[in-house]
Formats: sequence, C-alpha cells, structure tokens
Amino acid sequence: MIGLTHYLAVSAALFVLGVFGIFLNRRNIIIILMALELILLAVNINLVAFSAFLHQVHGQIFAMFVLTVAAGEAAIGLAILVIYFRGRGTVAVDQADLMKG
Amino acid sequence: MHPIFTSIAIAGPETVLTLGSLAALMLGTFSGKGPKDSRALTVTSLFAVAILALAGFTLLDAPAGITRAFDGLYVADDFSAFLKVVILAASAASVLLALPWLQESGSGRFEYPVLLLLATLGMTMMVSANDLLTLYVGLELAALPSYVLAAFHRQDDRSAEAGLKYFVLGALASGILLYGVTLIYGFSGSTQLDVIAGVVSGQTERSIGLLFGIVFILAGLAFKVSAVPFHMWTPDVYEGAPTPVAAFFSAAPKAAALGLLARVMIVAFPGNIAGDWQQILIFIAIASMVLGAVAAVAQTNIKRLLAYSSIANIGFALVGLTPGTPAGISALLFYVTVYVAMTLGSFLVVLQLRRPDGSPVESMADFAGLSKTQPKLAAALAIFMFSLAGIPPLLGFWPKFAVFQAAIASGLIALALIGFVASVIAAFYYLRLIKIMYFDEPAPAPFGPLATEGSAVNGAMIAACALFCSPIGMLAISPLVAATARAAAALFPA
Repeated sequence: MIGLTHYLAVSAALFVLGVFGIFLNRRNIIIILMALELILLAVNINLVAFSAFLHQVHGQIFAMFVLTVAAGEAAIGLAILVIYFRGRGTVAVDQADLMKG
Repeated sequence: MHPIFTSIAIAGPETVLTLGSLAALMLGTFSGKGPKDSRALTVTSLFAVAILALAGFTLLDAPAGITRAFDGLYVADDFSAFLKVVILAASAASVLLALPWLQESGSGRFEYPVLLLLATLGMTMMVSANDLLTLYVGLELAALPSYVLAAFHRQDDRSAEAGLKYFVLGALASGILLYGVTLIYGFSGSTQLDVIAGVVSGQTERSIGLLFGIVFILAGLAFKVSAVPFHMWTPDVYEGAPTPVAAFFSAAPKAAALGLLARVMIVAFPGNIAGDWQQILIFIAIASMVLGAVAAVAQTNIKRLLAYSSIANIGFALVGLTPGTPAGISALLFYVTVYVAMTLGSFLVVLQLRRPDGSPVESMADFAGLSKTQPKLAAALAIFMFSLAGIPPLLGFWPKFAVFQAAIASGLIALALIGFVASVIAAFYYLRLIKIMYFDEPAPAPFGPLATEGSAVNGAMIAACALFCSPIGMLAISPLVAATARAAAALFPA
C-alpha cells in the first residue's frame, strides 16, 4: 500500500534534485530553468498528496495556482534568457560574470 | 450586497491598482505614436502616480479594527494600512524619479510605470495576506514584474545579466518558500494563518514537519528581503539593473517583504514555537548586520555600496522583529519608514549626477570634490549618509535606538551589542563617502550640468527626503511612533 510517506519521499527527492540542478550545473542556463520546474513539481506532489491525505480540497486548489504561476514564471524566464542571449551570444552559466560579487 | 462585493470593497487599494494598471497599459498603448514615443511614457507615468494616490485615498475611509475579506484570505487592519501607505509612497516616488532617466536613455518605454503598478499591487497583497495562498500569489505578483524591471535596459548586457540572475535566484527562493508552505499545510491542515496558530498552540510537543516548514519559509523570505545568507543577488542586481530600478528595489519591496515576514511569524507561529524561529532570526539579523558592514568597506561602486548598505539595514530592521513583541514590531515599522526615505534620497542624488560626457555616475571616485561643484546635492547626500550611519541628531539614529531598545527589553543583549558594533563599522564607509565629497580634490574633469528634464521634481523629492532625515524630521517622530504602535497592536489580538 502506498501511503503519504512514499509521496513525500518522492517529492523530497525531486526537490533536492532541483536544488542541486541549479547549484551543480555549470553548463547551460536552460538546465537551470528545467531544475526550477522540477522544484515546483515537487511542491505540487506535496500539495496533492497532503490534500488527499487530509480529505480537503484546499491543497488541490493551491496546486492549480502554483501551476498557473509557474507557467508565467517560465515565460518571463525564457524572455529574459532570449534578451541575454542576444547580447552575449551564449547561455553558458560560467559566462554570466560581468558583475562579480 | 453579495459577499464578493463586500470583499472587493474591503480590498480597496488592490481593486484600484488592478483596474488602474490595466487602464495604464491601454493608455500607454494608445497615447503614443510608436514604442519609442516618450509622450506615452510621460502620460502613463503621471497616470500611474494618480492611481497610486487614489489607492492611498481608499485607505482613508477603511473601517477601523481588523476586517477580513474573501473568506479569510485577505485581512485589512492598521498594520497593513500603515505598510501600504509606505509602499504606495515609495512606488510613486520610484515612478517619478525614473522619468528623466527613461526619457534620456532612449528606451523610453511606457511599460515601466505599468510594471511598477503591478509589482505594487503584489506588494499590497503581501502585507494583507492572511493565508499562505494569498502570500504566495502576492509574492509572485511582486516578483515577476521585478525580474522584467531588472532587465529593463535590455540593450545593456549588464542589465540583462542582472535580470537573469535575479530571476534564477528569485524563482529558486519562491520554490523553497513554497516547499515550506506545503509542509506547513500538510502538518497543520490549513493554509490560513490564524487557524495554523490555533493548531500550533494546541500541540504539546513540537512537530518536526512544521519546524522544517518554518525554516523553508524563512529561507525564502530572507531572500526577498536580501538578508544574509541569501543576499548574494543584491549587489549584482543593484549594479546591473538601471539605477531607478535599483532605487525601487531598495525601498518598497523591502517594506512589503518585512511586513509579510512579521505577519507570518507573529500571527501564525506564536507561543512555544516562537522560540524556534527567533533563534533563526537572531542568526540572520547578526549575519546581515556584520556582513553588510564589513563587505561594504571594500566597495568602489556607489550602487554596490548602497546594496550592502541595504543588507545591513535589513539586519537592523530584523533586530526589531526578533523579540516578537509589540514594541519590537513598532520599532521595525519605524525603521522601515525611515530607511525607505534614506535609501530613496541616496539613490535620487546618484540619479541626479552625470559625468561630463553624460554617462551616469557609478564610481565613488566620481564624487571627489562634489561639495565644490554641487554643494546642495553634496549636503543632501551628506545628510543621508550621516543618517544611515545613525549619527544622533539625524533621524536615522532614532529607529536604530528603538530596535535596540526593543531587543534589550526582551533580554537579547548580545544581539543589541553586536548590532551596535556593526553600526560603528558601517559608519566607516558612510563617512568615507562624505570625506571624498568634502575633502578630496575634484577630479580633473568636473561634473557636467545636471540632468535637466524632470530634475526639478527629483530635486524637490531630494529636498523632502533630506528635510525628513535632518534634525527637523524629529518633529515627525511622535506621530510616526504613535502610528507604528497602533499598527503593531493589530498583530497582537487582545
């Protein structure tokens, strides 16, 4: 029988994969965008699993909002990436170093 | 009346901002002859300021006390009203101060005020959020236009890179925050802040799931207020983004995110669990104050310097939140209000100055001998720097005094002492800028004429901020403290 713990474990694994995808990836900014989607996916699994477990509908409604906002976020991220690519001609992560902090 | 209309009426500022931003978009689209027509920009900017003022007026006839709307998703009280006034004023100033810069830079697009209105709408939702869902939607509504604003000067590689960095780290922070939100929802069974508080105070032993949720939420919100250890984006974004955008970032979003942080922690996690988040906040506050003070010493770029200054100031403001007492929250609100005036004033002075070749001022060396070439601006900047450093007769001293007093009253003496030392270190770089302006010889090529268009408005705003931060501003202390005390009381139901 698959219980709440299994869902939470999958979601935690996806979340960690997403975070590491951002920090360990030195190649391509598009991979970062994919890792961000992975994090939001982990969040949605959590929400839906809790919603089913608690017999409430709140979590599923919340997941709808997250999906919608994630779509908007991806659109803006890609738009900024296009502007960046036009100027620099590359989407490599380690080339984004005009400003050093 | 149908309950939905009652709710819309309670959310007056948000309704005005929503309709106003859509109207502003239409106005900008149809009033110019092309995308580069600066008339559309001017008309839209003035319209945006009018909308922000109208949103402020709707706060005047708001009912006293705590009013909930949209089935408890939204709350209007003195706390949200106070912060909304600060946010709306800072946003209106950000629209006006950008006008000459945008007209001059050639990318005079009317989308700037529209994006700023949308971000302001998100920020007003943040301070009125009574539910984790409203919190998330408000936060994203404030963040998404901000990413675009950071990359607004898109021909400039640095602006595009600032936008990209801000987007990646901002989206990561929202993801972390959201993960915390799901944990809190799962382990408390509700997304509404006061219901969560009821569940939390009913628990006899602490729940590890809730604790993880709090840590994740604090991490996400610490990013939004640019507190250490989530501050890495701040200097890069301030340096790369257009200067008016950096001015906007340093003022209104900080006030909104601090308000949100205060409401979530005080309303949703009172009682026993408060000790847990206080420990995290103590660490964040100390790290922000110390790093903001130490790292700024080596900076040569004025925008990076102001970025580190904002990190340090957020640390001081968080000292007010740490005790979790009405006095502490009142001190936090007082600090935020004065900080917004100081930082907007500093950025306004930087915006007013131009190199002889017309390029904007970036390096601190450019300020050499400013007291001889531009005595009025130098005097104003000196007031802001002395005030940020917290030198007693100026207004910047009093909120620092208030937050430390609140910390000591709750027995957090070590925190106050470290804050005091950090503020002495920070005084070094503020005073160094004053030394460069007043005692260094002017560079061979002195400053050219000031930006002409709209600079009268900016000059008036500089004068107003300088007057507020000068000792004359002490007249404003007693009404301000009375208002912050009333606002703070709204978070602590009797």
